[in-house]
Amino acid sequence: MAENMQHLEMLGITKRFPGVLSNNNINIQLGTGEVLAILGENGAGKTTLMNILYGLYQPDAGEILLKGKSVKINSPREAIALGVGMVHQHFMLVPNLTVTENVILGLSRKILVDLKTAAIRIKEISDSYGLAINPDAYIWQLSVGEQQRVEIIKALYRGANLLILDEPTAVLTPQESKELILLLKNMAAQGNSIIVISHKLNEVMAVSDRVTVLRDGEVCADVKTRETSSEALARLMVGREMTRHKREGKSSPGKPVLELQEVFAKGDKGTEALSGITLEIREGEILGIAGVSGNGQKELAEVISGLRKVTKGKLCLNGKESTNHPPIDLIKMGLGYIPEDRMHVGTIPSFSIWENFILKDHHKSPFAKGTFLQNRWIRSHSSSLVEKYGIKTPNLETPTGRLSGGNIQKIVLAREINRNPKTLVAAYPTRGLDIGATDYIHSKLLEARSNGIGVMLISEDLEELINICDRIAVLYDGRIMKVMPVEEADESTLGLLMAGLSEAAS
Amino acid sequence: MNRLAFKLEKRLNPSPAMIAIVPLISVLLALLLGAIFLSLTGQNPLAVYATMFGEALGSKYGFTETLVKAIPLMLSALGISIAFKMQLWNIGAEGQLYMGALAATWLPLTYPNLPAYLMLPGMAMLAMAAGGIWGLIAAIPKAIWKVDEIITTLMLNYVAILWVDYLVYGPWKDPKGFNFPFTAQFPGAARLPGLGDSRVNAGLVLAVLLAILLAVVFKYSRWGYELKVIGASEQSARYAGMHIKKKILVVLFLSGAISGLAGMTEVSGIVGRLQHGISPGYGYTAIIVAWLSKLNPLAIVLVSILFGALQVGGYAVQVVGVPAAVASMLQGAILFFVLGGEVLTNYRIRRAQRGEK
Repeated sequence: MAENMQHLEMLGITKRFPGVLSNNNINIQLGTGEVLAILGENGAGKTTLMNILYGLYQPDAGEILLKGKSVKINSPREAIALGVGMVHQHFMLVPNLTVTENVILGLSRKILVDLKTAAIRIKEISDSYGLAINPDAYIWQLSVGEQQRVEIIKALYRGANLLILDEPTAVLTPQESKELILLLKNMAAQGNSIIVISHKLNEVMAVSDRVTVLRDGEVCADVKTRETSSEALARLMVGREMTRHKREGKSSPGKPVLELQEVFAKGDKGTEALSGITLEIREGEILGIAGVSGNGQKELAEVISGLRKVTKGKLCLNGKESTNHPPIDLIKMGLGYIPEDRMHVGTIPSFSIWENFILKDHHKSPFAKGTFLQNRWIRSHSSSLVEKYGIKTPNLETPTGRLSGGNIQKIVLAREINRNPKTLVAAYPTRGLDIGATDYIHSKLLEARSNGIGVMLISEDLEELINICDRIAVLYDGRIMKVMPVEEADESTLGLLMAGLSEAAS
Repeated sequence: MNRLAFKLEKRLNPSPAMIAIVPLISVLLALLLGAIFLSLTGQNPLAVYATMFGEALGSKYGFTETLVKAIPLMLSALGISIAFKMQLWNIGAEGQLYMGALAATWLPLTYPNLPAYLMLPGMAMLAMAAGGIWGLIAAIPKAIWKVDEIITTLMLNYVAILWVDYLVYGPWKDPKGFNFPFTAQFPGAARLPGLGDSRVNAGLVLAVLLAILLAVVFKYSRWGYELKVIGASEQSARYAGMHIKKKILVVLFLSGAISGLAGMTEVSGIVGRLQHGISPGYGYTAIIVAWLSKLNPLAIVLVSILFGALQVGGYAVQVVGVPAAVASMLQGAILFFVLGGEVLTNYRIRRAQRGEK
């Protein structure tokens, strides 16, 4: 590792968007062969900074030096030519093409492509870093972790020696995350420089040599990883001492509020997505559904809320059969649902705050009398919710889409909890939220639990599940692998079950 | 690396003044474009515009004619706006208008001796039912199989026009009409009363009342709120437990029914009989009207009058040797500039930053 040679310097980078100063005079350095973590909450400016480096945005001020030379990067194409590669959080791969075809996509300017030479080259790259990718495999045959490695190969094939990874472990199982961390260290040891964007403290501690912490668009710390701790980083990132809400005391679950018996359902592509799910949630407990997303979580939540047909099996809400009832009936029977996509399902971005608050109740008193909406009542109700849930907004007329993710989620949460449900299904309620907002959502879910609501929490974040759930069920390939009390659950057991290995867990 | 580049940047809050002024400027720019075109063809644009608007808005006869044209535009555009609110692209107002005219005509032809207090409401109801059913024919496959309503409503226009033609060239042709393609004259009881001594009929009152009603419904009613939710996001609407399929049927029925009413006011209020080509494309122009009004019912009333004036002015300038198509050209140019102006209201253009040194 030649640490004396700076691979990348970004000096005085400033980027302004209408109304927001996203990056304010940011300086970062990256040594050759170094792994730098850029840590920060949502909205801290991490992604903007990396998009500037990758040529997607141009800075309003500041300079980028690559190996000591000042460069202007006007497009991703120019970034790639300069050896900068990016692995996005959402992969950009064509599922029904092979690895080789995906890797060379968009590269050749000739009419004919030389797939054979490309495949050999991909094999070489794969072997030299131990990526274990078969160039002839189709993308759809690969696991999410393998697909991510194809993205890495894509960047390396284009000659990248500086890799940017945006939230790389967001979609991986704990085991896959560990493998990725080893891989990145290995790549750095071979002279590649790596930037990892993240807000997960554990992985930052595990993978990086150095951490640059961003807060409100400014660098607030630049520290060597071995000289810091996750607690210290959390403080730096949030800017204050963090108290984290955890489940307290044993739950005293009452009667069952939601039961699923041998439920089958099909996914969007017509293949079986749920294959015989049996679950039970009781009053005053939180049941966690762990698993890598795409294993039936979406379908499970939709079946419960009536948005997807059950093909076989039975559902009961508060002891009454609710199989294939229309959503409106289930809403009336006391089901609350925080959907996975808060931006396009849970709220309507172009609607004002108060319009989003009345989504489920606009038809009944006191929200409406007869045909007409009771605007005055709705407004006072809305402003009391805004106050109670600490939603940061200029006013009630502000389009919801203009708020931050945390505030949008608070709107959904406020609406759903305030309807006094008996059962609350929350799908990935904290995905993409910063520590402060995440903790707030946790506190509200725990409050719901102590008010006797039965909560189903679907999540990929094992730490979250272990912290607030009473029981955890692991969903894999449309089946429940196991349901266990939280006392028996730890990250490695859950991780193995999430990967479909049942015998290992016993 | 000093390429000249521009970027569109979204404005955080377009000012209310801009929202009001930009459409006006857009209309002026459209007139300016038309003026350039007119001078290229050797006309004096000022004189042509003076004739157009002087005729259409300045004289009593011209202005009443403008209103006559505006009535079917208003009604059809109001019907269209209901469907567009829900993002149902009903472009079948023309056909719905024809079916309304056809159904309204059936009553006086079959029971010519009905008194006016039965005849007129009867005609209106039949017209609305027929227009509504014409909308429903597209709504049912849309609700069940998600068949694109743009195609079905459009194709149904031709069917409706051909039905009217079949009747006025065949079974309903006036035996005393020297073989012209129209029905017999309606009895007096089947004629909508006029306002004063002009050709403007009671349809105008209906249209304005309907516009006010819709404005209230859109803004203050549960029903209007649901339309808006479904239009903005079907997923959210499903999530909130709304009955989307039922709404598609109801909305396209109502949308068609109102356009059908426009057909009734035409045959009963203006022509006094059903004839070939009863609408010169009101149902299509109404789409532009609805869109320019941003689906605001009160704006529809004003924009319809503007478009009525353009049409009347178009006829007027033929006298000085300018083709009436100038009016259509201006309509197109107005749409073009208003849509362009909308982009400028919501976005600002900035020179992209490039490295200076």
